[in-house]
Amino acid sequence: MKKEFQIISELVKNNSRVLDVGCGDGILMKYLKDNKNVDSRGLEISKEKVQMCIAEGLSVIEGNAEDDLKQFPDLSFEYAILGQTLQAFYKPEKVIDDLLRVSKKAIITIPNFGYWKIRIHLLLKGTMPVNKHLPNEWYNTPNLHMCTIKDFVNFCNKKNINLVRSIALHEETVSEINNKNLNVKNLFSELGIFLVEKK
Amino acid sequence: MKKIEELKTIIVEKPLKLDCGKTISNFPLAYETYGKLNEKKNNAILAFHALTGDQFVTGKNPITNKSGWWSHLVGPGKAVDTNKFFVICANVIGGCIGSYGPNSIDPNTKKKYGTNFPIITINDMVNAQYNLLEYFKIDQLFSVMGGSMGGMQVLQFVANFPNKSKTAIPIACTASHSAQNIALNELGRQAIMADNNWNKGDYLEGENSPDKGLSVARMAAHITYLSKKGLQEKFGRKLQERDDLKFSFDADFQIESYLRHQGSAFVDRFDANSYLYITRAMDYFDLVKQYDGNLSNAFKDSKVKFFIISFTSDWLYPTSENKEIVIALNAAGANVGFIEIASDKGHDSFLLEVPEFLKSINNFLEANYINL
Repeated sequence: MKKEFQIISELVKNNSRVLDVGCGDGILMKYLKDNKNVDSRGLEISKEKVQMCIAEGLSVIEGNAEDDLKQFPDLSFEYAILGQTLQAFYKPEKVIDDLLRVSKKAIITIPNFGYWKIRIHLLLKGTMPVNKHLPNEWYNTPNLHMCTIKDFVNFCNKKNINLVRSIALHEETVSEINNKNLNVKNLFSELGIFLVEKK
Repeated sequence: MKKIEELKTIIVEKPLKLDCGKTISNFPLAYETYGKLNEKKNNAILAFHALTGDQFVTGKNPITNKSGWWSHLVGPGKAVDTNKFFVICANVIGGCIGSYGPNSIDPNTKKKYGTNFPIITINDMVNAQYNLLEYFKIDQLFSVMGGSMGGMQVLQFVANFPNKSKTAIPIACTASHSAQNIALNELGRQAIMADNNWNKGDYLEGENSPDKGLSVARMAAHITYLSKKGLQEKFGRKLQERDDLKFSFDADFQIESYLRHQGSAFVDRFDANSYLYITRAMDYFDLVKQYDGNLSNAFKDSKVKFFIISFTSDWLYPTSENKEIVIALNAAGANVGFIEIASDKGHDSFLLEVPEFLKSINNFLEANYINL
C-alpha cells in the first residue's frame, strides 16, 4: 500500500466514521475497514471506480465534492479524507469549509509545489513542472489551484484552522512539520499530509 | 399456456387494512420463485415488478410464452445468480396475473369487481407481499430489489420493515411521483376511459374489453420509457416497408408501426382496469409526505445497506430524483452507495441488457454475499 495511505490510516482512530472524498478504487477505504474497523463512505467522480468500490462491498456514491458534500449533515463523520485532490477544485476554500462542516476532523494531503525539483524545473527549464505527483502537462492537467506546504500552513493559520498534525513525506521518509522547519520541509518534501480541525 | 388458476398462489387470510380505509382478507397473492432457499434461509431476494410486469421474472413466462422481464439479470450464473439466491416475486395486488385485483370475483355480487375494487397504494402492495416472508418462514431477506414502480416498493418495504432485509436496491425510481409522472399516467387512464368498451370498468376481458384505449395508453407510456436519442438512433425517419411517403395516415414511419405493435401486443397480456388501478397507486406514492415532509425519517435508524442506481437518459425517473433518495439516506446516516449508469436506452434501461448495469448489480450482490 502507498506510504501516504499508511500515514493517513495511522491518523484515524479505530471504529470511527470516515468519509473518503475522491476515494478512487477504494484501496484506502478497504484498508481502514479491515484494519481499523472503520465505518466508511466514499464519494467518487469516476463511474468506473465507483463500480470497483461497489465490487469491494464499499458504500460509495458517484459524485463530486463541490456539488455533493452538501448532502451530508453537520458533523456526520469523525474524519473526512481528501487525498491529493484539493488542487483540482474550482473553490478549494469552500471544499475545506464543507469538509470541516460534515466532519470533526479532516485529513488533507497535497502535492507540494514548493518541492525543490519543481522549483528547479521551473527556474532552469522555464516550463511547467511534470513529475510523479504532477503527471500532466499544463494544458491537460486537472489541477487548477496548486499550492505549497507553506501556502497550506499559512492558509490554515489565516482561516483559524487548527493544524493538529502536519506531516511531510519524501519518498518513504516521514517527518513532522513545525514552525521551525517549515521552510526546509517545504523545499524537500513531495507531499504534505495534514490533520486539521476547526479552532 | 398456463391458466391463471394454475399459478402458484397463497391465500392471505390475515386481514389487511388498506390506505383507503377498507380491510381485505382471504385474498389471493400469486407468486413465482427461482433458485433454492438455503437452510439458514438467508439467501432470499424479494423482487418487485414494475407497472406492467408480473411474477415471472426470468425463464419462460407461462402466460405469454415469452422471456421473463428480468431474464437478462436473473438466472443461473447471471448477475442475480439463482444458483446462490432464492428469488421471489409476486404479482402486485391490483394486478391481473393471479393476485387480488379488479378481475377478481366479488363474492357478494359473483361478478368481477371492476371499478368496485378498492383503490390500492404502493404501501398496500408491499404490506400484502410481506406475507410471503411468513409463508416461507424467512426472518430476514438478503435483498429487496426492483426498478421503476418496483423501486418504489423497495423504498416502501424498507420504510415499513426496517430490519427485514439486509440490503436494498431501488433502481430508476422516485420517492414521490412528480406532476409530470401523474400527468403521463392520467393521459393513459383517459385513453382507456375514452374507449366505449371500457363501460365504467364493466366489460368482459377478451370479449368487449377496451383494447383500443389500453393500446393507446401503452403507446404513450412506451414513449416515456425511451430516450430521444435512443429513438432517433433506432428509428430515425426510416419508413416502414415502403419507399416513399403514402400521403395517408397509415404507419408510414417505422416508429409508428413499432408503437402500434407495442400497443396491440400489450392488450393481449394486460387488463385495462388493472392499468387504471396500478397507475393510480403510483400517482398516490409520496414517501416524503408519508414521513411528514422529511424523507430521511423513512430511513431513520435503518441498518439496511442501500445501493441506488439511475440511468443517464432516463427522463421519467431522472438521476436527480434518484439522488434525492441518496441525499435523504445520507441525511439519516444510512449506509448507501449510488451509481448513475451511462445508457441511451432511457427508463427502459433497467429491463434491457445494459452491461454496466448488470455488472453493478452483480458486484453489489456478490460483495455482500461473501459476508453472509
